[in-house]
Amino acid sequence: MPDARTAPKPVTKLDTVEVAAQDPDRQQPWADLGLKADEYARIREILGRRPTSSELAMYSVMWSEHCSYKSSKVHLKQFGEIPQETPVGKMLAGIGENAGVIDVGQGYAVTFKVESHNHPSYVEPYQGAATGVGGIVRDILAMGARPVAVMDPLRFGPLEAADTHRVLPGIVAGVGGYGNCLGLPNIGGEAVFDETYLGNPLVNALCVGVLRHEDLHLAKASGVGNQVILYGARTGGDGIGGVSVLASETFDADGPAKRPSVQVGDPFMEKLLIECTLELFAARVVAGIQDLGGAGLSCATSELASAGDGGMHVELDRVPLRDSSLAPEEILMSESQERMMAVVEPGDVAAFMEICAKWDVEAVVVGEVTDTGRLQIDWHGERVVDVPPRTVAHEGPTYERPFARPAWQDALQADGAEALPRPATGDELRATVLRLAGSPNLCDKSWITDQYDRYVQGNTVLAQPSDSGMIRIDEESNLGVAVATDCNGRFAKLDPYAGAQLALAESYRNVATGGARPLAVSDCLNFGSPEDPDVMWQFAEACRGLKDGCLELGVPVTGGNVSLYNQTGETAILPTPVVAVLGVVEDVTRRTPTGFAATGEQVFQLGATREELSGSEWAHVVHGHLGGRPPAVDLGAEKALGSLLADGVGLLTSAHDLSEGGLSQALVESCLRRGIGATVRLSGDPFVELFSESAARVLVTVATEDVARLTELALEHGVPLTRLGETGGATLVVEGQFDVPLEELRATWTATLPAALS
Amino acid sequence: MKIGVVTFPGSLDDVDARRAARLAGHEAVALWHGDHDLGGVDAVILPGGFSYGDYLRCGAIARFAPVMQEVVDAARGGMPVLGICNGFQILCESHLLPGALIRNDHRKFGCLDQRLVIENNRTSWTSAYADGQEVTIVLKNGEGSFVADEKTLDMLEAEGRVVARYVGNPNGSQRAIAGITNEAGNVVGLMPHPEHAVEDLCGPGTDGLGFFTSLGAVGLLSA
Repeated sequence: MPDARTAPKPVTKLDTVEVAAQDPDRQQPWADLGLKADEYARIREILGRRPTSSELAMYSVMWSEHCSYKSSKVHLKQFGEIPQETPVGKMLAGIGENAGVIDVGQGYAVTFKVESHNHPSYVEPYQGAATGVGGIVRDILAMGARPVAVMDPLRFGPLEAADTHRVLPGIVAGVGGYGNCLGLPNIGGEAVFDETYLGNPLVNALCVGVLRHEDLHLAKASGVGNQVILYGARTGGDGIGGVSVLASETFDADGPAKRPSVQVGDPFMEKLLIECTLELFAARVVAGIQDLGGAGLSCATSELASAGDGGMHVELDRVPLRDSSLAPEEILMSESQERMMAVVEPGDVAAFMEICAKWDVEAVVVGEVTDTGRLQIDWHGERVVDVPPRTVAHEGPTYERPFARPAWQDALQADGAEALPRPATGDELRATVLRLAGSPNLCDKSWITDQYDRYVQGNTVLAQPSDSGMIRIDEESNLGVAVATDCNGRFAKLDPYAGAQLALAESYRNVATGGARPLAVSDCLNFGSPEDPDVMWQFAEACRGLKDGCLELGVPVTGGNVSLYNQTGETAILPTPVVAVLGVVEDVTRRTPTGFAATGEQVFQLGATREELSGSEWAHVVHGHLGGRPPAVDLGAEKALGSLLADGVGLLTSAHDLSEGGLSQALVESCLRRGIGATVRLSGDPFVELFSESAARVLVTVATEDVARLTELALEHGVPLTRLGETGGATLVVEGQFDVPLEELRATWTATLPAALS
Repeated sequence: MKIGVVTFPGSLDDVDARRAARLAGHEAVALWHGDHDLGGVDAVILPGGFSYGDYLRCGAIARFAPVMQEVVDAARGGMPVLGICNGFQILCESHLLPGALIRNDHRKFGCLDQRLVIENNRTSWTSAYADGQEVTIVLKNGEGSFVADEKTLDMLEAEGRVVARYVGNPNGSQRAIAGITNEAGNVVGLMPHPEHAVEDLCGPGTDGLGFFTSLGAVGLLSA
């Protein structure tokens, strides 16, 4: 491979700052790069001249929806109104950093974030999903943390659809192929099927990292004279314009044709990058750091400079290339994976390079921090970029997109599922329990999750199908963290404000069932086109709901990601505000397991059941119906339930959240977890008791001698308590209604995915 | 004993293997792929992972790492060596063990709590088990299907060198072989991961601990 510095210069005349001044009226392909006329005019105004083609490339990717949050930020800023502290302390870094960092005690901090990689995963499922994992892992690494676990909330079209069979195996193999090769346990996630995701699957990826307080690193370039080092993989032509549009044909037509806009991942390089970076942190030779993700070098240089002392000079021709014919615009826009940029004091450069050499990671000084207040980039000695970095990174356009409650919302809400025909007899109830257990959203997901390594690192305390994933972070003290992600998009469609709160409530509850104390939220807000006022209303309502919910629960939003334009033609996806909640566990050895743990124990339901069937899995599976109002939100009840579950650690022998599929599915999963049956008695309408999806409910067990203590605990926390029955046997018995042998339940529950996908 | 655990670029279960050695009462020593000596260790573990990205072929590049020359020499001299998953692949590539590991017959990565039967408890790494003992240990790999020619398979069976066999056959391994040993019994290759079954908290029980406690029982092999 030729050295980048000796590579031939592009044959076309370089568009420098000087050329731009001399040739002010040149036609530029701003529209092809995804910029609007007024945005292009604003760039000209900022610079006082037309941008060079390199500057245009940078602005176009950095002002894209993905990077600038231009449609969403007016709504996201309300998350800043939530006090920036968790129930156990102040946040160490908040929104705006690569990922939020929270104190979890004993000198440890934890960082976590969930991001989307939806569109690339539709175009190229394996690489799209793989690089989604790679990107979020580098975000966590850039905070100074060792990544310790990943999770992947996924959404697909109907299980039987041909396109689902195209994208699902590739996405799952990509998540597994990349994450497994990094040595990160995959501890949970979601797999949801709905027709609105056909043609627009959602691939969200979450990573959790752990660090000591003193190891926190921030993305800023401070200290004039400090060296800017690019290290990791070489820069290639992949992923150009991945965040805006496929843009290659607008540049040098003599270069390699049509660059792929989906990036290609190399997890082995990422593993080296992780270990190398952690060693660099430990050696204290990093003054500032930023990962290269969306918008590549454009993002890293402008964000580092903007957050630091405000100036940076880069010699772009020093960037090591995989393809020596790349033009400066392409190098600036490339989203080649497995790259990081560090700011290093001059005296530390030698030590930095030595550590990179040990890990066989290529590293090059590409520039330095200056006090000019400008980001200046040269190409073979000629200036191709000279811009105020803030205007690229932080002062992009902001839109107040029009939004309005959709005209159809009232009719949708009036069409409640409570009016649909219901199973009436015991036999009909039995058939419904089985039908739901084998339905795509509720069936066993091990066809997917068995492709992920959940054991590596040896600290996985809970993983799927438990309500939350739980990781030990200290082997001496047994301190740990738990994380869950949830969202019911059907609820969000019926009422996006309530739907976002229900997602928050479910995730909060799932962390609490394991015995963890919920501390903080990260979100991945997946919606349709912001140019559709209906969608924008859904987005605005969901943000408002999430903010109000977090305020009430006392948990901050530490960061997250917005993915818009998730729609096929006129049809938007279900509004899908995926909410991740992270909690802390003082002693992971005392966690509460999901699912019945022993025979002869007493089964209780915590929380009250109302007749709430709209948006339920029953309405979806049996009637293909979506209408009405979602279950009522009662965050006070969720909080009380959460504190009961925390106080009940050691008393509760198992706990399982009631959500999709209601009590019916919670019983099925609790029985099948360890092959322990149960006999239960239902006091009210058995159909409503089994299939309603009221929130703030958990199925728990206690030893017979502890019933009185549980009763006291429920009274103390004001949580309704209903005795359901006992565990034991090899059958699920609903007295007076029906019974199902676990063998039959298991056969039904496990058959669905293998039958559809193998 | 001092147990060295080699870290290659791309090794993933090295930390876990060191933890398992410690829990079994040994001193764990980190060895680096570029090392030219074994630092005075009494035994070596080649851990799981994707050494050198598993590019070319699993274990094919690791075999040429400087430290491997030392490991091969020590193994030939009788030092106990355990290769787990990728380590097993490296041992095959290094010709310390016969056969090869190819892609699972179901063509997917699989992570399972797998039942095995220990069929040879006379090796350096299995003396803590009873012959015929059934254990549950994590199996996780994409290329774990053991293959060898019929003659080699017959030889392994005849000489009692099948160390562990799967209950059921999760990946299409010939004769359901999960692990084998060399003639001397000091080198063992095992596809499943005993280091992930050493604590009740973070795995399917503690059935894997025996692989690491076996090392304390000296003399079995030299006899």
